[in-house]
Amino acid sequence: MTSMFAGPPRMSPRRHLLCSFLSALLLASAPALHAETPATAKVNTTGLAVADTEVTVGQLHSATGTMAISETGSIQAEQLAIDQINAAGGVLGRKIKVIKEDGASDWPTFAEKAKKLLVNDHVAAVFGCWTSASRKAVLPIFEKENGMLYYPTFYEGLEQSKNVVYTGQEATQQILWSLDWAKKEKKAKSFFLVGSDYIWPRTSMKIARKHIENFQKGKVVGEEYYPLGNTNFNSLINKIKIAKPDVIFAAVVGGSNVAFYKQLKAAGITADKQMLLTLSVTEDEALGIGGENLAGFFSSMKYFESLDNDNNKKFVTAFKAKYGPKSVIGDVTQAAYLGPWIWKAAVEKAGSFDVDKVAAATPGIEVKIAPEGYVKVHQNHHLWSRARIGMAQADGQFKVVAESPELIEPNPFPKGYQ
Amino acid sequence: MSPSELFNIVAMQGFAGLSLFSVLLLMGLGLAIIFGQMGVINMAHGEFMTIGAYTIYLCSHLAETFSPGLVPYYFPLAILLAFVAAFAFGWLAEWLLIRHLYKRPLDTLLATWGLSLGMQQGFRSTFGPKEVSPTLPDWLLGSWSPTDGLDIPINGLFVMVITLAVCALVFLAMFRSRWGLRVRATVANRAMANATGIDTRRTDRLTYAIGCGIAGIAGAAFTTIGSTGPTSGSLYIVDAFLVVTFGGAASLLGTIASAFSIAQVQSISEFFLTGSMAKVLTLSMILVILMMRPQGLFASKVRR
Amino acid sequence: MNACFERAFASRHTALILLMVLLAVVLPASLDIFRLNLVGKYLSYAFVAVGLVMLWGYGGILSLGQGVYFGLGGYCMAMFLKLEASDPVSTRIQSTPGIPDFMDWNQLTELPLLWKPFRHLPLAMLAVILVPALLAFVLGVAMFKRRVSGVYFAIMTQAVALILSVLIIGQQGYTGGVNGITDLKTLLGWDIRSDSAHYILYFTTVLLLGLVIHACQWVQQSKLGTLLLAMRDKEDRVRFSGYDVASFRTFVFCLAAILAALGGAMFTLQVGFMSPSFVGIVPSIELVIFTAVGGRMSLVGAVYGTLLVNLGKTYFSESFPDLWLFLMAALFIGVVMAFPDGLAGIYATSVRPWLLRRRTAALVAAPVPQDGNPASP
Repeated sequence: MTSMFAGPPRMSPRRHLLCSFLSALLLASAPALHAETPATAKVNTTGLAVADTEVTVGQLHSATGTMAISETGSIQAEQLAIDQINAAGGVLGRKIKVIKEDGASDWPTFAEKAKKLLVNDHVAAVFGCWTSASRKAVLPIFEKENGMLYYPTFYEGLEQSKNVVYTGQEATQQILWSLDWAKKEKKAKSFFLVGSDYIWPRTSMKIARKHIENFQKGKVVGEEYYPLGNTNFNSLINKIKIAKPDVIFAAVVGGSNVAFYKQLKAAGITADKQMLLTLSVTEDEALGIGGENLAGFFSSMKYFESLDNDNNKKFVTAFKAKYGPKSVIGDVTQAAYLGPWIWKAAVEKAGSFDVDKVAAATPGIEVKIAPEGYVKVHQNHHLWSRARIGMAQADGQFKVVAESPELIEPNPFPKGYQ
Repeated sequence: MSPSELFNIVAMQGFAGLSLFSVLLLMGLGLAIIFGQMGVINMAHGEFMTIGAYTIYLCSHLAETFSPGLVPYYFPLAILLAFVAAFAFGWLAEWLLIRHLYKRPLDTLLATWGLSLGMQQGFRSTFGPKEVSPTLPDWLLGSWSPTDGLDIPINGLFVMVITLAVCALVFLAMFRSRWGLRVRATVANRAMANATGIDTRRTDRLTYAIGCGIAGIAGAAFTTIGSTGPTSGSLYIVDAFLVVTFGGAASLLGTIASAFSIAQVQSISEFFLTGSMAKVLTLSMILVILMMRPQGLFASKVRR
Repeated sequence: MNACFERAFASRHTALILLMVLLAVVLPASLDIFRLNLVGKYLSYAFVAVGLVMLWGYGGILSLGQGVYFGLGGYCMAMFLKLEASDPVSTRIQSTPGIPDFMDWNQLTELPLLWKPFRHLPLAMLAVILVPALLAFVLGVAMFKRRVSGVYFAIMTQAVALILSVLIIGQQGYTGGVNGITDLKTLLGWDIRSDSAHYILYFTTVLLLGLVIHACQWVQQSKLGTLLLAMRDKEDRVRFSGYDVASFRTFVFCLAAILAALGGAMFTLQVGFMSPSFVGIVPSIELVIFTAVGGRMSLVGAVYGTLLVNLGKTYFSESFPDLWLFLMAALFIGVVMAFPDGLAGIYATSVRPWLLRRRTAALVAAPVPQDGNPASP
């Protein structure tokens, strides 16, 4: 498996010499250790939960509460990646052991459990969080206790931390290319922006508005936010009908999402009459919305289950073998799957589990087995990745209709969009 | 904007208000019966709605698997089943929990809160943590457009019809049946009702179960407009409570009036303001009016 | 019954002292700082529970919106801490340095007027008390003068909680929205995230809680406490005797609000952020459940109840991640069904009689020596 990654554990000659000297010393003192497995004292100098045969990591998602609907896929994908890594021999010869904690869709609980994982369990890395609010709640803890967090969701940007690796898209990666696509391919000039009322939709729409007005010379004919959990969109739909936008640009989340699309369909707004581009519907959400309510609408993501490449075929097969043929894989699920692989590659590149060394080794890591194709970690701990547009099908899957030709550079602090 | 377009928007916006009205009423009705007639605060109301929604999902799944030809027709039967399922659970809950707490109405709040936690986890363990989407018959999807540019949502019409039917049945039962007579007698004076030979315990159990059953119907009907998942019930419970309190707990007419006014204020203000501000405006209106009329719009005249 | 009541009266001080010994000596000696910090967080909820004992147990008024006051207290504290954390140097990457990060994200270019007073600690601490008290006073006067009580009052407080949470989440530029106010670092230059700070804050919380309980006990023993009980049981008779029921109720509502706000402020200091997830209906109901589990008539019981439920939550969710909600449900239902007076009720009906029997039995079994000399050690 290691060979699939670029950046195997290479060191400078002098450091190499030092290391081999040290390991020779250690090997002499502990002859029972296998030659391929570097000594624990060497790979773990900061008191993490790393033993001779085992390394402990944490997993922190909502298994209960309203967010469990979305986070289950991430839990499953991270577990799958960890199982695969273990089957291939683990990380630096150590099997990964997972401690699962439930954030229960409650941000203070996330903070409590994050602290427990870092302070009590001394985990080497944490794979977790989903909403921006939960990430914001745990971020100071990861920075203070010096832990590693692998965060899978596409998010609003405006953040960068040595202690976090963002495996989803940041806002500009998800938005700019898709807007350009809508302008070029669909001749879209006017946009109606709709979102749930919290930071991610608001920041995304802010970026979208700047891009539409300043760079595309298009028009924003409406911008609306509804409270999280709102289930009644009929008045909004009437406003959209008055505004007659070329494109509805939507970032509605959670239970509202289902209501939004069911009511759009019932109000006669279907793909043959109206173009809709969303930032918040993956295969997971389509499961609850129902493909018949979505068919023909477009979604901007970096990954769709239907992607046609060998990596993805293997991934989908493995995922369905483990979680049943009816399970679906959304964008965030795939991003969550990348987390353990990136961590493993960084640990092996650094030759150590120490958080500082792993963080320093993270930029430049490439994942060639990524189901989305190929990704590379940027200096700012976000991923270079492609943007894709999927068209929803009646069976809840998406057909990829466009793909950015290049990997898009992550830019969490975009100039001109503030 | 041309006059015909203006007419269309006004018509659709009017329908949006009516449709929200029927949603709120259907949500509140089962709660109003339990809360108003028995004084029991049923925090698990939303979860009984979810039972109804999952019943629809199960039925659609069965219909699809065993006889795809039945898919267009299963829905009415499934709604009946939703009532039966929620009714049965309600009956059981009353027998196990609620009947021990009639003397302590505020405690029912805590017990049913616990019940709702347990039920949510039950849904999660049974149906999985992700949302599901029942396959709806084609005739329930899309819109009815009598003229070009005028779209009346069919699911809205459908919810409206269900609400009308349930309301009519409830009123018929309440004022034309033995059960209704007993319920009204028990509400008016429990001790006297007991003395005249009414089995108030049985009446309570039936009332609670019927309230839950109506919640089941509501949940079933809302699969056409909303989501079906383990926590879907929590989307509705707060609004349902506001409707019932605002109407004056002991009065079904009050529930109707309050659902109507809340729906109109919300849907009109949503049209002119942003969604979040509309919500604040609606809630403030409820709060101010409740402060002026603490017993709700239609206060009961009964001394307790 | 009367004798029993008097004994309970006399044992209050013992109960408070026992609780303080447990919190200030036993727990710090047996827990590491991470767990102790958790206990400190739970104790900040206990302030609300103590307030609810006064409001619900004694005043007979159930508020399902205490999260509002907890949240207001917490937010007032958090606003001060956030301003201190957002000095121009550490926020230099923003387009407007020197204002909190979430304001910058929401395109605010200067500090809103509402935030200005929170640059000063004394003003912020005053706000922690005054803002919730004022809101409670306005609501209390409006509702109690119109004789709103019982279930209606409960639902109205819910409506307030709902409105406030929608407002806070909706006005992100001013409140941080659904994320809350995060990344709080120092209090007047003192790093509140260090272990030593956690110890100091924990003991401050315990001390404050002890003082609060003591003050509430004093209120209970005063004429005011008697009147509150009388109003709860026979409101009309108290009114006919010439007392203004509404003012007393408003007072106890404000008292509960202030206690909740203190808890909120201590929460913010210990946890390091404030989130709107407290200012909703669900957390407010949970706070009531803490009180119910402890026993709604017992101030000390409320603290034990809060600790028990939260420890249960933490332990269950760490040990049985798939089943913990079932266990919590069973706990709530079990307490309500089997022990309506909560832990305090269990103590009064089972433990104490058993202790008394033990003592009597011991006395009978080992008669006091006749010569009057104490038994040799």
